[in-house]
Amino acid sequence: MEKLISRYFRPGHTYWMADYERDEGYEQARAVFDKYDAKSLIDEVKKANLRGLGGAGFPAGVKWSFVPQDTGKPVYLVVNADEGEPGTFKDKYIIRHVPHLLLEGIIIAAYANNVHKAYIYIRGEYVQPYLILKKALEEAYAKGYLGRNIFGKGYDLEVVIHRGAGAYICGEETGLLESLEGKQGKPRLKPPFPAVVGLFGCPTVINNVETLSYLPFILRRGAEWFADLGSEKNGGMRLFSVSGHVEKPGVYELPMGVPLSEIIYTHAGGIRGGRELKAVVPGGLSAAILRADEIGVGMDFDQLRALGTMAGSAGVIVMDNTTCMVTALMVTMRFYAHESCGQCSPCREGTGWVYRILKRICEGHGRAADIDNMADICSFMGGTTICALADGAAMPLRSYPQKFRPEFEAFIEKRRTEIETDGSGELSHGLPKRGTQARAIL
Amino acid sequence: MNHAWTPEIKNELDAIVAKYETKRAPILEILRTLQERFGYITKETEAAVGKYLEIPAINVREVMTFYTLFYAKPRGKKCLRVCRTLTCALLGAADLVEHAEQKLGIKAGETTPDGEYSLYAVECLGACEIAPMMQVDDDEYVGAVTKEKIDQVIKR
Ligand SMILES: Cc1cc2nc3c(=O)[nH]c(=O)nc-3n(C[C@H](O)[C@H](O)[C@H](O)COP(=O)(O)O)c2cc1C
Ligand code: SF4
Ligand code: FES
Repeated sequence: MEKLISRYFRPGHTYWMADYERDEGYEQARAVFDKYDAKSLIDEVKKANLRGLGGAGFPAGVKWSFVPQDTGKPVYLVVNADEGEPGTFKDKYIIRHVPHLLLEGIIIAAYANNVHKAYIYIRGEYVQPYLILKKALEEAYAKGYLGRNIFGKGYDLEVVIHRGAGAYICGEETGLLESLEGKQGKPRLKPPFPAVVGLFGCPTVINNVETLSYLPFILRRGAEWFADLGSEKNGGMRLFSVSGHVEKPGVYELPMGVPLSEIIYTHAGGIRGGRELKAVVPGGLSAAILRADEIGVGMDFDQLRALGTMAGSAGVIVMDNTTCMVTALMVTMRFYAHESCGQCSPCREGTGWVYRILKRICEGHGRAADIDNMADICSFMGGTTICALADGAAMPLRSYPQKFRPEFEAFIEKRRTEIETDGSGELSHGLPKRGTQARAIL
Repeated sequence: MNHAWTPEIKNELDAIVAKYETKRAPILEILRTLQERFGYITKETEAAVGKYLEIPAINVREVMTFYTLFYAKPRGKKCLRVCRTLTCALLGAADLVEHAEQKLGIKAGETTPDGEYSLYAVECLGACEIAPMMQVDDDEYVGAVTKEKIDQVIKR
């Protein structure tokens, strides 16, 4: 199987400047100034069907074509390296193994959008990746590939790395912009969209690390070749982060539209210990859960949406038949309750409320009405808020009890009986003690 | 403890500010740099940062409280952050947090009275491929964590 980005993923190895240049590195960034003007470059990326790989899947070239170039203000490029979606770790691989690929992608995207200043917003916990990126940046400046008059082409481009400080919501693009302006990372009401009013009030392009890292390949081999690698309207390949109950967790680069079953069984080595598959989260924690009988689905933005879930960040979390879905949902909702920025009542109250209900259920005090109550809460959380965190929380909240309703019902009933008979209601972190059903997951 | 800014620190901060369009924008980098020096951010440092970046102290406070990686109090000399999010939970995180709590005699979020250890239960650190995992101090990711590994880290 052909590899693009991941062909640079050699364990324990970083492609520094000399290495990368020996391997086609910076050829496209150097050539782009002569081969294209901004418009033809954007057209090329449109033709490649390159989708935004941070989670939303918006076509990159189309997004770029929305950026107004006549406002008299500078245009900024902001690189989203916040990588906060649980189950996702691929941007870290890119930065760790081939930071210059990202920098080359940044140069190409900057040129397409007439950008002379870019910021890379990297999550605060990524200390080693940050140091690698910083060193690569210094190499690129030293070579004259960044800074003034890059490649001697009369084009200036400054790149600044900015470290986040531990907040999932700063991965949301407008929360990120607020954070980058020195404020709390509270998302902005849209419109206006960042393409028009973004960083410091100026037009701003925001793209994920992986999205930008595919640009050199599109220029190396052509937009049509890239588009043909993938499925309809979903160009190329993407990096699937696979974790959980599989034999070989890791990052797998596969064509858009690859069947989920192939990812799990052919590439990730199947379920650990030969157990049976129970459920899969296909696109990061915020994607609706799939049952084992749904893994025939092709993994692209459109096919997963048609199935009521989403491709998201391509974080594939696999669960075997020892998993307690009630506890898994409790752990999931605890995350959103913790990470909601608190601006919108449906999100702030809804996530906390549901988490407390689930915690109570796990503690053995569930009530039959809880399941429908949660569905009610869920119905006012989606689509009523400033950002998509609430929709992301609503996806698992709706899908787990829908797809595993008998298990939720049995849990509520059985745990209560168990508690009544043996009195073992004692807990740590809101999780039932060993030997009870819920412990299966832990 | 003396958290005064030497000319060297001041130069470092100036160099950071120079990269940005506004004075306020680099506040995360400024606080991070100071915290790397001093271990935590005192009320006095907060006030000094406000003055330095020409913003009201309340704006610094807002940032300090919004982000989880800033500390207003000294942390333990060794810091364990055990991930508790879904993939890690599927592979035993809750037991590990509980074990570390028992071993250290504190709850997650606390520091031992002798100031040696701090323990946190944190959300996904972007390393689910090595789950269950934890971060030791501020820069080391440790994967395939077991109770024995926690004991070793505590001892070393
Ligand atoms: C709550 C939330 C968290 C997000 N976290 C990230 C993230 O960590 N990394 C990322 O690239 N995109 C994240 N996104 C998506 C961004 O808002 C945005 O769509 C993306 O950075 C655009 O780049 P792309 O078009 O190249 O994907 C998040 C979105 C939401 C709603
Ligand atoms: S939906 Fe939630 S996270 Fe997003 S802005 Fe509203 S409160 Fe904040
Ligand atoms: S869930 Fe623990 S590192 Fe991602």
